[in-house]
Amino acid sequence: MSGEHHGTDATLAAQVRHVEALLEERGLVDPAELDRALEAFLARASPANGSRVVARAWLDAGFRARLLADGNTALVELGLSMGGGLQEQRLKVVENTADAHNVIVCTLCSCYPIALLGPSPTWYKSEAYRSRVVREPRAVLAEFGFDLDPAVAITVWDASAETRYLVLPRRPAGTHGLDERSLAALVTRNGLIGVAAV
Amino acid sequence: MTDRFSPGTRVQTCRTDPSHHSRLPRYARGAVGTILEPQGQHPLADDRARGLPCDPLPVYTVRFAARDLFDEGEHSVTLDIWESNLMPVEGAEVDQG
Repeated sequence: MSGEHHGTDATLAAQVRHVEALLEERGLVDPAELDRALEAFLARASPANGSRVVARAWLDAGFRARLLADGNTALVELGLSMGGGLQEQRLKVVENTADAHNVIVCTLCSCYPIALLGPSPTWYKSEAYRSRVVREPRAVLAEFGFDLDPAVAITVWDASAETRYLVLPRRPAGTHGLDERSLAALVTRNGLIGVAAV
Repeated sequence: MTDRFSPGTRVQTCRTDPSHHSRLPRYARGAVGTILEPQGQHPLADDRARGLPCDPLPVYTVRFAARDLFDEGEHSVTLDIWESNLMPVEGAEVDQG
């Protein structure tokens, strides 16, 4: 379904510019400070961060347990944090297993773990993805070319408050002996959102 | 304030459809689900968006069966819901903590 929703980025950008202008007009933000903060934040925000987190979790069972119990604290071990924006956001990592698969969405807007995944793809913000994935996730996954085993139960996580979600995909078969960097290279942004297996 | 609901408690979301911004999506209004975990306290976005004073309130991750939301589907959907948008289900166990 990617690529079907031209114009979404432009519409969103116009809305964001409008809100920004209002905030500046009321003296709530300083435009120069906003630019500096965004630039610094986005320079560090990348799906490579999420991939590193996953590779470490695959290799280190202790880290994996800490990550699932308290994502924010575990991130610090890798020199990462969810505090790049104005306030630190709670991170909840949800683990795929042989029986359970997880998918992330924000039906109300486009909440997304930017620090770990970089800016979100256009389709993630599209009304089509947001409205359909909660209702018929299996069909949506199939449209991404991901045919999930019908026996695997799906949970869709709708980020409707202050928590941001990240999927911990299953480690692919045949990757025994790979180091952290090689494993991280196997992880895709879509896998971290849950619309791909890895 | 302490958490009113503990994990496993059955809860129902508000049915009302306010004219202002709400972080309770329409598809989950009046639905019954189960508390999965508390996730700390945050100012209610519904009030904050309107410039109203708002003290932090507990927020919970709540799991719903898709069938209870859409009348079909075998999957689950979780939502993050402020305590003021939740009420205990009558007859269900409620931990008064």
